[in-house]
Amino acid sequence: MNVKTQTILWIAQRASAAVLALCVTVHLATMVYAIRGGLSAAEILSRTKGNAGWLAFYTVFVLAVTVHAPIGLRSVVTEWFGWRGAARDVFLLGLAMLLAVMGMRAVLGVFL
Amino acid sequence: MTHIQRVLDPTLAYRFACRVGMCGSCAMTVNGVARWTCRTHVDKVVKNDRMEIAPLRNLPVIRDLVTDMREFFDKWAKAKGQFSGRLTKNEDFQKVKPDSLERVAVDAGIECIGCAVCYSSCDVVSWNPDYLGPAALNRAWTLVKDERDSKKIERLRAVAGDAGCHSCHTHMSCTEHCPKQISPTAGIAGLKREVSLALFRKAL
Amino acid sequence: MNVHTGTLAAFVHRVSGILLTLFLPVHFYAIGTTLQSAAAFDALLVWTQMPLVKFGEWGIVVLLAAHLGGGLRVLALEFLPWRDWQKTLVACAAAIALAVGLVFALAL
Repeated sequence: MNVKTQTILWIAQRASAAVLALCVTVHLATMVYAIRGGLSAAEILSRTKGNAGWLAFYTVFVLAVTVHAPIGLRSVVTEWFGWRGAARDVFLLGLAMLLAVMGMRAVLGVFL
Repeated sequence: MTHIQRVLDPTLAYRFACRVGMCGSCAMTVNGVARWTCRTHVDKVVKNDRMEIAPLRNLPVIRDLVTDMREFFDKWAKAKGQFSGRLTKNEDFQKVKPDSLERVAVDAGIECIGCAVCYSSCDVVSWNPDYLGPAALNRAWTLVKDERDSKKIERLRAVAGDAGCHSCHTHMSCTEHCPKQISPTAGIAGLKREVSLALFRKAL
Repeated sequence: MNVHTGTLAAFVHRVSGILLTLFLPVHFYAIGTTLQSAAAFDALLVWTQMPLVKFGEWGIVVLLAAHLGGGLRVLALEFLPWRDWQKTLVACAAAIALAVGLVFALAL
């Protein structure tokens, strides 16, 4: 991987971090609001079913996480576990895809 | 140190030259923290009547308290730490405004004397031996901001990526321990932004 | 070892990031089960009423808040003319985590 790609990864990491800062703030506020008086599937679904606003929000949230987490983990496995080279990056790409698929499955699950 | 060598153990090897904080050769690890031994009063650092003096971290030890600084300085060269001007001796001096934003940024980092306290304190250097380290990157930053220099893009290319500025995680140990009160973290953050700008302008 | 506010903040930031990444697939899977049936999801919610699970849930929320605070610290250090207030930034990050932890515990 050349330094240009590594620079792009850094920019993607910081850009997704800025998006996530907003998403996480909204997410934390929603959680505190939602758990008052106990959670139920019906309550969650009544908020999200067919709501395009929440669909857009959670889609952006999931995709930002998909970008952010594997790049962060790249530093961790390199620096703490000494894992370098192409196999590491293939593994992290796989992780990104797993997060994207599972995340979008969940997002669509509460929308449809 | 001199007392130990003269009185207690004449075989002790350690490095020093100026004794007044100018040469940068006497940095060691005192009670776990890298610092100049010349400007360190024992009563300021002694803990429970004990003081442990060790060689700098992150550098190979040659003998006793003497470390091999080759890698440290080789990384300055790798980060393109040499000034490369535009003018020849036939032209007049290039004038640099002392209060320009660029020059103020250079001034903040220029007083480095290469003692390797920052390099020795940096966790990323311990974790990733290829990492150029705070001193070399700080040097590159002072040249990137030097309007007389002509090699900006080559330098940005040299300091980008996993072995360069993008691996800094702002632990700020360099800034915390620099005896010259320089903040390499600030310079490295500047490099990250400059490299990104160069990439957006398709210059990288 | 090399312990001061900067390294502590970075350590918390990194460990919380790792744990959150591990938690994400579980989280997505749990939400995804509503695809099959709301009853299955409610069964899961009953399970989350156990004190230990509830405590774990609270822990994850605090981790998320801590990672948010630590991330804002990094962004501020890299993109703002900061210099002298790095310790204040760490304090703000800790305050965010603490505040969210308390509010969530009260709402729980």
